[in-house]
Amino acid sequence: MKLITAIIKPFKLDDVKNALNAFGITGMTVSEAMGFGRTRGHTEVYRGAEYTIDLIPKIRLEVVVDSADAEKVIDVIVKAASTGAIGDGKVWSVPVDHIVRVRTGERGVDAI
Amino acid sequence: MHFLMGTAVSAVNTATDATNHADTAWLLASSALVLLMTPGLAFFYGGMVRGKNVLGMLAQNYVTMGTVSVLWILGVYSLAFQGSNGLIGNLKNFGLNHIWMEPTGLSLTIPPMVFVAFQLMFAIITPALITGGTADRLKFGSWVAFSSLWLILVYAPVAHWVFSPAGWLAKKGAEDFAGGTVVHANAGAAALAVILVIGKRKGWPKERMRPHNVPYVLLGAGLLWFGWFGFNAGSALSANTLSAYAFVNTNTATGAALLGWIITEKFRDGHSTTLGAASGAVAGLVAITPACGFVSPVGSIVIGLAAGAVCCLATGLKNIFKFDDALDVVGVHLVGGILGALLIGLFGTAMVNGANGVFYKGGWTLMGHQALAVVAVVAYSFVVTYILAFVMEKTVGLRVSEEDEAAGLDLSQHAETAYESATFSDGSRFLSNFTSNN
Repeated sequence: MKLITAIIKPFKLDDVKNALNAFGITGMTVSEAMGFGRTRGHTEVYRGAEYTIDLIPKIRLEVVVDSADAEKVIDVIVKAASTGAIGDGKVWSVPVDHIVRVRTGERGVDAI
Repeated sequence: MHFLMGTAVSAVNTATDATNHADTAWLLASSALVLLMTPGLAFFYGGMVRGKNVLGMLAQNYVTMGTVSVLWILGVYSLAFQGSNGLIGNLKNFGLNHIWMEPTGLSLTIPPMVFVAFQLMFAIITPALITGGTADRLKFGSWVAFSSLWLILVYAPVAHWVFSPAGWLAKKGAEDFAGGTVVHANAGAAALAVILVIGKRKGWPKERMRPHNVPYVLLGAGLLWFGWFGFNAGSALSANTLSAYAFVNTNTATGAALLGWIITEKFRDGHSTTLGAASGAVAGLVAITPACGFVSPVGSIVIGLAAGAVCCLATGLKNIFKFDDALDVVGVHLVGGILGALLIGLFGTAMVNGANGVFYKGGWTLMGHQALAVVAVVAYSFVVTYILAFVMEKTVGLRVSEEDEAAGLDLSQHAETAYESATFSDGSRFLSNFTSNN
Protein backbone atom coordinates (compact mmCIF):
# COMPACT_ATOMS: atom_id res chain seq x y z
CA MET A 1 0.00 0.00 0.00
CA LYS A 2 1.07 3.57 -0.66
CA LEU A 3 0.25 6.90 0.94
CA ILE A 4 0.01 9.50 -1.80
CA THR A 5 0.35 13.12 -0.70
CA ALA A 6 -0.42 15.97 -3.07
CA ILE A 7 0.23 19.68 -2.46
CA ILE A 8 -1.94 21.58 -4.92
CA LYS A 9 -3.37 25.01 -5.64
CA PRO A 10 -6.53 25.56 -3.58
CA PHE A 11 -8.73 26.32 -6.57
CA LYS A 12 -7.77 22.96 -8.15
CA LEU A 13 -9.20 20.91 -5.27
CA ASP A 14 -12.58 20.28 -6.90
CA ASP A 15 -10.99 19.14 -10.18
CA VAL A 16 -8.66 16.74 -8.37
CA LYS A 17 -11.43 15.40 -6.14
CA ASN A 18 -13.73 14.77 -9.11
CA ALA A 19 -10.97 13.08 -11.11
CA LEU A 20 -10.14 10.78 -8.17
CA ASN A 21 -13.82 9.95 -7.68
CA ALA A 22 -14.11 9.13 -11.39
CA PHE A 23 -11.06 6.86 -11.06
CA GLY A 24 -12.77 5.00 -8.21
CA ILE A 25 -11.03 6.43 -5.15
CA THR A 26 -13.60 6.45 -2.34
CA GLY A 27 -11.91 8.45 0.40
CA MET A 28 -9.32 11.11 1.02
CA THR A 29 -8.12 13.58 3.65
CA VAL A 30 -7.82 17.29 2.78
CA SER A 31 -6.20 20.01 4.86
CA GLU A 32 -5.26 23.65 4.41
CA ALA A 33 -1.53 24.17 4.35
CA MET A 34 0.96 27.04 4.03
CA GLY A 35 4.23 26.65 2.20
CA PHE A 36 6.56 27.64 -0.58
CA GLY A 37 8.62 26.01 -3.28
CA ARG A 38 10.53 27.60 -6.12
CA THR A 39 7.81 30.28 -6.47
CA ARG A 40 8.92 31.91 -3.21
CA GLY A 41 5.64 33.62 -2.31
CA HIS A 42 4.84 37.19 -3.31
CA THR A 43 5.53 40.80 -2.36
CA GLU A 44 3.14 43.29 -0.71
CA VAL A 45 3.81 47.01 -0.27
CA TYR A 46 2.37 49.12 2.57
CA ARG A 47 3.22 52.85 2.50
CA GLY A 48 6.32 52.00 0.52
CA ALA A 49 7.55 49.26 2.90
CA GLU A 50 7.90 45.94 1.08
CA TYR A 51 6.87 42.68 2.73
CA THR A 52 7.89 39.35 1.22
CA ILE A 53 5.19 36.82 2.00
CA ASP A 54 7.07 33.49 1.75
CA LEU A 55 4.31 31.16 2.83
CA ILE A 56 1.35 30.98 0.50
CA PRO A 57 -1.85 28.95 0.99
CA LYS A 58 -1.99 25.44 -0.50
CA ILE A 59 -4.18 22.36 -0.16
CA ARG A 60 -2.66 19.16 1.15
CA LEU A 61 -4.54 16.09 -0.10
CA GLU A 62 -3.77 12.57 1.20
CA VAL A 63 -5.03 9.24 -0.04
CA VAL A 64 -3.96 5.63 0.68
CA VAL A 65 -4.12 3.21 -2.28
CA ASP A 66 -3.15 -0.34 -3.27
CA SER A 67 0.48 -0.32 -4.47
CA ALA A 68 -0.64 -1.53 -7.90
CA ASP A 69 -2.78 1.61 -8.40
CA ALA A 70 -0.28 4.13 -7.05
CA GLU A 71 1.32 5.21 -10.36
CA LYS A 72 -2.08 5.63 -12.02
CA VAL A 73 -3.53 7.63 -9.12
CA ILE A 74 -0.51 9.91 -9.15
CA ASP A 75 -1.03 10.48 -12.87
CA VAL A 76 -4.72 11.30 -12.27
CA ILE A 77 -3.83 13.88 -9.62
CA VAL A 78 -1.06 15.48 -11.66
CA LYS A 79 -3.29 15.74 -14.73
CA ALA A 80 -6.19 17.30 -12.78
CA ALA A 81 -4.03 19.69 -10.72
CA SER A 82 -1.94 21.05 -13.56
CA THR A 83 -2.31 24.60 -14.88
CA GLY A 84 1.14 24.74 -16.47
CA ALA A 85 2.06 27.79 -14.36
CA ILE A 86 4.60 27.90 -11.52
CA GLY A 87 3.24 26.96 -8.10
CA ASP A 88 1.15 23.98 -9.28
CA GLY A 89 2.54 21.90 -6.41
CA LYS A 90 4.02 18.42 -5.83
CA VAL A 91 2.80 14.83 -5.53
CA TRP A 92 4.70 12.03 -3.80
CA SER A 93 4.10 8.59 -2.38
CA VAL A 94 5.54 6.61 0.51
CA PRO A 95 5.06 2.94 1.52
CA VAL A 96 2.46 2.19 4.18
CA ASP A 97 3.10 -0.75 6.59
CA HIS A 98 -0.26 -1.07 8.31
CA ILE A 99 -3.76 0.20 7.88
CA VAL A 100 -6.77 -0.64 10.07
CA ARG A 101 -10.40 0.38 9.67
CA VAL A 102 -11.33 1.44 13.18
CA ARG A 103 -15.01 0.39 13.06
CA THR A 104 -14.52 -3.20 11.84
CA GLY A 105 -10.92 -3.98 12.64
CA GLU A 106 -10.26 -4.94 8.97
CA ARG A 107 -6.58 -4.75 8.03
CA GLY A 108 -4.52 -4.20 4.90
CA VAL A 109 -6.01 -3.51 1.45
CA ASP A 110 -9.52 -4.36 2.74
CA ALA A 111 -9.32 -1.40 5.08
CA ILE A 112 -8.64 1.15 2.33
CA MET B 1 -27.17 93.39 45.47
CA HIS B 2 -30.03 94.28 43.21
CA PHE B 3 -27.63 96.23 41.02
CA LEU B 4 -25.21 93.32 40.77
CA MET B 5 -27.95 90.92 39.78
CA GLY B 6 -29.10 93.40 37.18
CA THR B 7 -25.61 93.47 35.68
CA ALA B 8 -25.48 89.70 35.44
CA VAL B 9 -28.87 89.51 33.77
CA SER B 10 -28.03 92.19 31.26
CA ALA B 11 -24.80 90.40 30.39
CA VAL B 12 -26.74 87.22 29.67
CA ASN B 13 -29.20 89.22 27.59
CA THR B 14 -26.42 90.86 25.60
CA ALA B 15 -25.01 87.44 24.73
CA THR B 16 -28.45 86.23 23.72
CA ASP B 17 -29.06 89.25 21.49
CA ALA B 18 -25.84 88.67 19.54
CA THR B 19 -26.66 85.01 19.04
CA ASN B 20 -27.29 83.92 15.48
CA HIS B 21 -29.37 80.76 15.47
CA ALA B 22 -28.08 79.47 12.15
CA ASP B 23 -24.48 79.85 13.32
CA THR B 24 -25.34 78.15 16.59
CA ALA B 25 -26.99 75.20 14.85
CA TRP B 26 -24.06 74.76 12.47
CA LEU B 27 -21.51 74.91 15.29
CA LEU B 28 -23.41 72.37 17.39
CA ALA B 29 -23.55 70.06 14.37
CA SER B 30 -19.86 70.72 13.65
CA SER B 31 -18.95 69.82 17.22
CA ALA B 32 -20.62 66.44 16.79
CA LEU B 33 -18.86 65.95 13.44
CA VAL B 34 -15.47 66.68 15.00
CA LEU B 35 -16.13 64.29 17.87
CA LEU B 36 -16.71 61.53 15.31
CA MET B 37 -13.20 62.06 13.98
CA THR B 38 -11.66 60.45 17.05
CA PRO B 39 -13.44 57.09 16.59
CA GLY B 40 -12.55 57.49 12.90
CA LEU B 41 -8.91 58.00 13.83
CA ALA B 42 -9.09 54.99 16.16
CA PHE B 43 -10.15 52.75 13.28
CA PHE B 44 -7.74 54.41 10.84
CA TYR B 45 -4.91 53.54 13.24
CA GLY B 46 -6.49 50.32 14.55
CA GLY B 47 -6.51 48.72 11.12
CA MET B 48 -2.82 49.49 10.63
CA VAL B 49 -1.55 47.77 13.78
CA ARG B 50 -1.19 44.02 14.25
CA GLY B 51 -4.31 42.13 15.35
CA LYS B 52 -2.99 41.68 18.89
CA ASN B 53 -2.85 45.46 19.44
CA VAL B 54 -6.08 46.69 17.85
CA LEU B 55 -8.06 46.99 21.09
CA GLY B 56 -5.11 48.72 22.73
CA MET B 57 -5.19 51.32 19.95
CA LEU B 58 -8.97 51.77 20.13
CA ALA B 59 -8.82 52.04 23.92
CA GLN B 60 -6.13 54.75 23.89
CA ASN B 61 -8.23 56.84 21.51
CA TYR B 62 -11.57 56.31 23.23
CA VAL B 63 -10.17 56.96 26.73
CA THR B 64 -8.93 60.32 25.47
CA MET B 65 -12.57 61.18 24.74
CA GLY B 66 -13.19 60.50 28.42
CA THR B 67 -10.28 62.32 30.05
CA VAL B 68 -10.26 65.41 27.84
CA SER B 69 -14.04 65.85 28.11
CA VAL B 70 -13.69 66.14 31.88
CA LEU B 71 -10.43 68.14 32.04
CA TRP B 72 -11.70 70.62 29.45
CA ILE B 73 -14.62 71.61 31.67
CA LEU B 74 -12.45 71.72 34.77
CA GLY B 75 -10.06 74.38 33.53
CA VAL B 76 -8.21 73.51 30.35
CA TYR B 77 -10.76 75.41 28.22
CA SER B 78 -10.20 78.44 30.41
CA LEU B 79 -6.39 78.14 30.14
CA ALA B 80 -6.65 78.08 26.37
CA PHE B 81 -9.22 80.80 25.74
CA GLN B 82 -9.71 83.10 28.71
CA GLY B 83 -7.32 85.89 29.71
CA SER B 84 -5.26 88.52 27.93
CA ASN B 85 -1.76 87.15 28.69
CA GLY B 86 -0.09 86.19 25.40
CA LEU B 87 1.45 82.94 26.68
CA ILE B 88 -1.27 81.21 28.69
CA GLY B 89 -4.84 81.88 29.76
CA ASN B 90 -6.29 82.01 33.25
CA LEU B 91 -8.77 79.93 35.25
CA LYS B 92 -11.72 82.37 35.26
CA ASN B 93 -13.88 79.79 33.50
CA PHE B 94 -12.83 76.95 35.82
CA GLY B 95 -15.76 74.53 35.97
CA LEU B 96 -17.31 76.70 33.25
CA ASN B 97 -18.15 79.34 35.85
CA HIS B 98 -18.98 82.74 34.31
CA ILE B 99 -19.40 80.99 30.97
CA TRP B 100 -21.53 83.88 29.73
CA MET B 101 -18.16 85.67 29.33
CA GLU B 102 -16.97 85.50 25.75
CA PRO B 103 -13.54 83.96 25.15
CA THR B 104 -11.00 86.79 25.33
CA GLY B 105 -10.81 88.85 22.15
CA LEU B 106 -13.59 87.06 20.28
CA SER B 107 -17.02 88.52 19.61
CA LEU B 108 -19.05 85.44 18.86
CA THR B 109 -22.45 85.04 17.25
CA ILE B 110 -22.81 81.73 19.11
CA PRO B 111 -23.20 81.22 22.86
CA PRO B 112 -19.77 80.76 24.51
CA MET B 113 -20.99 77.34 25.69
CA VAL B 114 -21.14 76.20 22.03
CA PHE B 115 -17.59 77.45 21.54
CA VAL B 116 -16.57 75.36 24.58
CA ALA B 117 -18.10 72.24 23.00
CA PHE B 118 -16.60 72.88 19.56
CA GLN B 119 -13.07 73.51 20.86
CA LEU B 120 -13.32 70.51 23.19
CA MET B 121 -13.49 68.18 20.19
CA PHE B 122 -10.20 69.61 18.86
CA ALA B 123 -8.61 69.09 22.25
CA ILE B 124 -9.71 65.44 22.20
CA ILE B 125 -8.30 64.50 18.81
CA THR B 126 -4.96 66.29 19.18
CA PRO B 127 -3.46 64.03 21.89
CA ALA B 128 -5.20 61.05 20.24
CA LEU B 129 -3.15 61.68 17.08
CA ILE B 130 0.04 60.89 19.04
CA THR B 131 -1.04 57.25 19.55
CA GLY B 132 -0.25 56.43 15.92
CA GLY B 133 3.45 57.11 16.44
CA THR B 134 3.70 55.27 19.75
CA ALA B 135 1.53 52.32 18.66
CA ASP B 136 1.88 48.86 20.21
CA ARG B 137 4.10 49.80 23.16
CA LEU B 138 2.46 52.21 25.63
CA LYS B 139 1.04 51.18 29.01
CA PHE B 140 -2.63 52.07 29.11
CA GLY B 141 -2.54 53.80 32.51
CA SER B 142 0.58 55.72 31.58
CA TRP B 143 -1.09 56.91 28.38
CA VAL B 144 -4.04 58.23 30.39
CA ALA B 145 -1.69 60.17 32.69
CA PHE B 146 0.61 61.31 29.89
CA SER B 147 -2.18 62.54 27.61
CA SER B 148 -3.83 64.42 30.50
CA LEU B 149 -0.62 66.20 31.47
CA TRP B 150 0.19 66.86 27.82
CA LEU B 151 -3.20 68.50 27.34
CA ILE B 152 -2.44 70.95 30.14
CA LEU B 153 1.28 71.53 29.50
CA VAL B 154 1.34 71.56 25.70
CA TYR B 155 -2.09 71.76 24.10
CA ALA B 156 -3.56 74.52 26.27
CA PRO B 157 -0.68 76.98 25.80
CA VAL B 158 -0.27 76.30 22.08
CA ALA B 159 -4.01 76.65 21.44
CA HIS B 160 -3.86 79.92 23.39
CA TRP B 161 -0.94 81.25 21.34
CA VAL B 162 -2.62 80.61 18.00
CA PHE B 163 -6.40 80.22 18.41
CA SER B 164 -6.99 82.91 21.05
CA PRO B 165 -6.80 86.47 19.68
CA ALA B 166 -4.86 87.26 22.87
CA GLY B 167 -2.15 84.73 22.00
CA TRP B 168 1.26 86.04 20.97
CA LEU B 169 1.38 84.18 17.63
CA ALA B 170 -2.13 85.30 16.70
CA LYS B 171 -1.10 88.89 17.51
CA LYS B 172 1.97 88.57 15.27
CA GLY B 173 -0.36 87.79 12.35
CA ALA B 174 0.18 84.04 11.99
CA GLU B 175 -2.79 82.39 10.25
CA ASP B 176 -4.12 78.97 11.22
CA PHE B 177 -7.75 78.51 10.26
CA ALA B 178 -8.48 75.18 11.93
CA GLY B 179 -5.30 73.88 13.53
CA GLY B 180 -2.46 73.00 11.14
CA THR B 181 0.02 74.12 13.76
CA VAL B 182 -2.06 73.77 16.95
CA VAL B 183 -3.35 70.29 16.14
CA HIS B 184 -1.23 68.59 13.49
CA ALA B 185 2.30 69.98 13.69
CA ASN B 186 1.87 70.02 17.47
CA ALA B 187 0.80 66.36 17.71
CA GLY B 188 3.40 65.30 15.13
CA ALA B 189 6.26 66.95 17.01
CA ALA B 190 4.99 65.44 20.26
CA ALA B 191 4.77 61.97 18.73
CA LEU B 192 8.37 62.26 17.54
CA ALA B 193 9.50 63.26 21.04
CA VAL B 194 7.75 60.32 22.73
CA ILE B 195 9.04 57.89 20.09
CA LEU B 196 12.61 59.02 20.77
CA VAL B 197 12.10 58.48 24.52
CA ILE B 198 10.45 55.05 24.42
CA GLY B 199 12.31 53.58 21.45
CA LYS B 200 11.36 51.17 18.69
CA ARG B 201 8.84 48.36 18.75
CA LYS B 202 10.60 45.07 19.38
CA GLY B 203 11.63 43.64 16.04
CA TRP B 204 11.38 46.88 14.05
CA PRO B 205 12.54 47.45 11.35
CA LYS B 206 13.80 43.93 10.61
CA GLU B 207 10.48 42.29 11.31
CA ARG B 208 7.91 44.16 9.25
CA MET B 209 4.55 44.70 10.87
CA ARG B 210 1.85 44.39 8.29
CA PRO B 211 -1.50 46.23 8.79
CA HIS B 212 -3.95 43.61 10.04
CA ASN B 213 -7.13 45.13 8.58
CA VAL B 214 -6.83 47.56 5.68
CA PRO B 215 -10.65 47.84 5.32
CA TYR B 216 -10.73 49.32 8.88
CA VAL B 217 -8.18 51.90 7.73
CA LEU B 218 -10.39 52.90 4.82
CA LEU B 219 -13.47 53.04 7.06
CA GLY B 220 -11.60 55.24 9.53
CA ALA B 221 -10.35 57.53 6.75
CA GLY B 222 -13.92 57.93 5.50
CA LEU B 223 -15.13 58.93 8.96
CA LEU B 224 -12.23 61.38 9.27
CA TRP B 225 -13.02 62.96 5.91
CA PHE B 226 -16.70 63.33 6.91
CA GLY B 227 -15.96 64.69 10.37
CA TRP B 228 -13.34 67.08 9.02
CA PHE B 229 -16.06 69.21 7.41
CA GLY B 230 -17.02 70.17 10.96
CA PHE B 231 -13.39 70.69 11.91
CA ASN B 232 -12.62 73.05 9.02
CA ALA B 233 -15.93 74.59 7.92
CA GLY B 234 -16.99 74.86 11.57
CA SER B 235 -13.85 76.88 12.28
CA ALA B 236 -15.46 79.83 10.49
CA LEU B 237 -17.52 79.94 13.73
CA SER B 238 -20.39 80.91 11.49
CA ALA B 239 -22.62 79.53 8.73
CA ASN B 240 -21.65 81.85 5.91
CA THR B 241 -19.60 82.21 2.73
CA LEU B 242 -16.34 81.71 4.60
CA SER B 243 -17.52 78.39 6.02
CA ALA B 244 -18.58 77.36 2.51
CA TYR B 245 -15.08 78.21 1.20
CA ALA B 246 -13.55 76.16 3.99
CA PHE B 247 -15.88 73.26 3.15
CA VAL B 248 -15.13 73.27 -0.60
CA ASN B 249 -11.39 73.82 -0.08
CA THR B 250 -11.27 70.93 2.38
CA ASN B 251 -12.93 68.53 -0.01
CA THR B 252 -10.90 69.71 -3.01
CA ALA B 253 -7.52 69.41 -1.31
CA THR B 254 -8.42 66.00 0.11
CA GLY B 255 -9.37 64.65 -3.29
CA ALA B 256 -6.21 66.09 -4.85
CA ALA B 257 -4.03 64.65 -2.08
CA LEU B 258 -5.55 61.20 -2.50
CA LEU B 259 -4.54 61.40 -6.17
CA GLY B 260 -1.12 62.86 -5.33
CA TRP B 261 -0.32 59.97 -2.99
CA ILE B 262 -1.43 57.11 -5.25
CA ILE B 263 0.28 58.64 -8.31
CA THR B 264 3.53 58.93 -6.32
CA GLU B 265 3.14 55.31 -5.23
CA LYS B 266 2.45 54.14 -8.75
CA PHE B 267 5.72 55.63 -9.95
CA ARG B 268 7.75 54.57 -6.92
CA ASP B 269 6.37 51.12 -6.06
CA GLY B 270 4.53 50.05 -9.20
CA HIS B 271 1.04 49.95 -7.64
CA SER B 272 -1.54 52.40 -6.34
CA THR B 273 -2.73 50.96 -3.02
CA THR B 274 -5.93 51.31 -1.01
CA LEU B 275 -3.85 52.13 2.07
CA GLY B 276 -2.18 54.86 -0.01
CA ALA B 277 -5.57 56.29 -1.03
CA ALA B 278 -6.64 56.49 2.62
CA SER B 279 -3.29 57.93 3.68
CA GLY B 280 -3.34 60.51 0.89
CA ALA B 281 -6.82 61.67 1.86
CA VAL B 282 -5.72 62.17 5.48
CA ALA B 283 -2.55 63.99 4.37
CA GLY B 284 -4.73 66.34 2.31
CA LEU B 285 -7.08 66.95 5.22
CA VAL B 286 -4.11 67.77 7.44
CA ALA B 287 -2.48 70.17 4.98
CA ILE B 288 -5.67 72.07 4.12
CA THR B 289 -6.64 72.43 7.80
CA PRO B 290 -4.67 75.64 8.44
CA ALA B 291 -5.29 76.98 4.93
CA CYS B 292 -8.95 76.18 4.19
CA GLY B 293 -10.25 79.64 5.16
CA PHE B 294 -7.48 81.63 3.49
CA VAL B 295 -6.96 80.14 0.01
CA SER B 296 -8.92 79.69 -3.22
CA PRO B 297 -10.26 76.31 -4.40
CA VAL B 298 -7.62 76.24 -7.14
CA GLY B 299 -4.97 76.92 -4.51
CA SER B 300 -6.46 73.95 -2.62
CA ILE B 301 -5.80 71.65 -5.57
CA VAL B 302 -2.11 72.58 -5.52
CA ILE B 303 -1.89 72.26 -1.73
CA GLY B 304 -3.61 68.87 -1.90
CA LEU B 305 -1.42 67.46 -4.68
CA ALA B 306 1.70 68.68 -2.85
CA ALA B 307 0.52 67.17 0.44
CA GLY B 308 -0.20 63.79 -1.15
CA ALA B 309 3.16 63.56 -2.87
CA VAL B 310 5.29 65.08 -0.09
CA CYS B 311 3.69 63.06 2.74
CA CYS B 312 3.95 59.85 0.70
CA LEU B 313 7.69 60.44 0.37
CA ALA B 314 7.99 61.68 3.99
CA THR B 315 6.80 58.32 5.35
CA GLY B 316 10.20 57.03 4.21
CA LEU B 317 12.04 59.35 6.63
CA LYS B 318 11.66 56.89 9.51
CA ASN B 319 13.48 54.20 7.54
CA ILE B 320 16.36 56.57 6.80
CA PHE B 321 16.69 58.03 10.31
CA LYS B 322 15.61 54.82 12.12
CA PHE B 323 12.88 56.18 14.38
CA ASP B 324 9.89 53.87 14.76
CA ASP B 325 7.03 56.22 13.93
CA ALA B 326 4.74 53.20 13.68
CA LEU B 327 1.82 54.69 11.75
CA ASP B 328 3.54 57.75 10.27
CA VAL B 329 2.32 60.57 12.51
CA VAL B 330 5.52 62.47 11.67
CA GLY B 331 5.28 61.77 7.94
CA VAL B 332 1.61 62.73 7.69
CA HIS B 333 0.72 65.12 10.55
CA LEU B 334 4.00 66.91 11.31
CA VAL B 335 5.06 67.22 7.68
CA GLY B 336 1.50 67.81 6.40
CA GLY B 337 0.72 70.37 9.10
CA ILE B 338 3.93 72.31 8.45
CA LEU B 339 3.41 72.14 4.69
CA GLY B 340 -0.15 73.49 4.94
CA ALA B 341 0.86 76.27 7.34
CA LEU B 342 3.71 77.40 5.08
CA LEU B 343 1.72 77.16 1.84
CA ILE B 344 -0.67 79.79 3.24
CA GLY B 345 2.35 82.09 2.87
CA LEU B 346 2.23 81.42 -0.88
CA PHE B 347 -1.49 80.88 -1.59
CA GLY B 348 -3.18 83.09 1.01
CA THR B 349 -5.54 85.56 -0.65
CA ALA B 350 -7.53 88.46 0.80
CA MET B 351 -10.23 87.73 -1.77
CA VAL B 352 -11.19 84.79 0.44
CA ASN B 353 -10.08 85.94 3.87
CA GLY B 354 -6.96 87.11 5.73
CA ALA B 355 -3.72 88.44 4.25
CA ASN B 356 -2.24 88.06 0.75
CA GLY B 357 0.60 85.61 0.24
CA VAL B 358 3.50 85.65 -2.19
CA PHE B 359 1.40 84.62 -5.20
CA TYR B 360 -1.12 87.41 -4.54
CA LYS B 361 1.38 90.28 -4.37
CA GLY B 362 1.49 90.17 -0.59
CA GLY B 363 5.25 89.69 -0.43
CA TRP B 364 6.96 87.47 2.11
CA THR B 365 5.50 89.04 5.28
CA LEU B 366 2.80 86.41 5.73
CA MET B 367 5.29 83.61 5.02
CA GLY B 368 7.48 85.02 7.79
CA HIS B 369 4.59 84.88 10.26
CA GLN B 370 3.75 81.32 9.20
CA ALA B 371 7.36 80.18 9.57
CA LEU B 372 7.55 81.75 13.02
CA ALA B 373 4.38 79.95 14.11
CA VAL B 374 5.65 76.62 12.80
CA VAL B 375 9.04 76.94 14.48
CA ALA B 376 7.57 78.13 17.79
CA VAL B 377 4.89 75.44 17.99
CA VAL B 378 7.11 72.57 16.85
CA ALA B 379 9.99 73.57 19.12
CA TYR B 380 7.81 74.10 22.20
CA SER B 381 5.84 70.92 21.65
CA PHE B 382 8.93 68.79 21.01
CA VAL B 383 10.92 70.08 24.00
CA VAL B 384 8.13 70.03 26.60
CA THR B 385 6.82 66.66 25.39
CA TYR B 386 10.31 65.17 25.44
CA ILE B 387 10.84 66.29 29.05
CA LEU B 388 7.39 65.04 30.11
CA ALA B 389 7.86 61.68 28.40
CA PHE B 390 11.40 61.30 29.74
CA VAL B 391 10.35 61.98 33.34
CA MET B 392 7.38 59.62 33.06
CA GLU B 393 9.43 56.85 31.45
CA LYS B 394 12.02 57.07 34.26
CA THR B 395 9.41 57.16 37.04
CA VAL B 396 6.12 55.35 36.32
CA GLY B 397 7.26 53.94 32.97
CA LEU B 398 5.53 54.68 29.68
CA ARG B 399 6.52 51.52 27.87
CA VAL B 400 5.13 48.06 28.46
CA SER B 401 7.40 45.15 29.46
CA GLU B 402 8.94 43.03 26.74
CA GLU B 403 6.63 40.17 27.68
CA ASP B 404 3.51 42.35 27.51
CA GLU B 405 4.60 43.78 24.18
CA ALA B 406 5.03 40.28 22.74
CA ALA B 407 1.63 39.20 24.05
CA GLY B 408 0.04 42.33 22.57
CA LEU B 409 -1.68 45.28 24.22
CA ASP B 410 -5.14 43.72 23.90
CA LEU B 411 -4.32 40.85 26.19
CA SER B 412 -1.66 42.44 28.43
CA GLN B 413 -3.37 45.81 29.04
CA HIS B 414 -7.06 44.96 28.78
CA ALA B 415 -7.41 41.15 29.24
CA GLU B 416 -9.33 40.99 25.97
CA THR B 417 -8.75 39.82 22.42
CA ALA B 418 -10.34 41.35 19.35
CA TYR B 419 -10.80 38.20 17.33
CA GLU B 420 -11.98 34.67 18.03
CA SER B 421 -8.83 32.90 16.88
CA ALA B 422 -6.43 35.43 18.27
CA THR B 423 -3.24 33.47 17.74
CA PHE B 424 -4.05 33.17 14.07
CA SER B 425 -5.29 36.64 13.26
CA ASP B 426 -2.72 38.58 15.24
CA GLY B 427 -0.14 37.52 12.69
CA SER B 428 2.26 36.14 15.27
CA ARG B 429 1.85 32.59 14.02
CA PHE B 430 3.39 33.59 10.72
CA LEU B 431 5.82 36.20 11.97
CA SER B 432 8.84 34.46 10.44
CA ASN B 433 6.92 34.94 7.24
CA PHE B 434 7.52 38.66 7.04
CA THR B 435 11.00 39.71 6.14
CA SER B 436 12.11 43.14 5.12
CA ASN B 437 13.43 44.01 1.72
CA ASN B 438 14.48 47.48 2.86
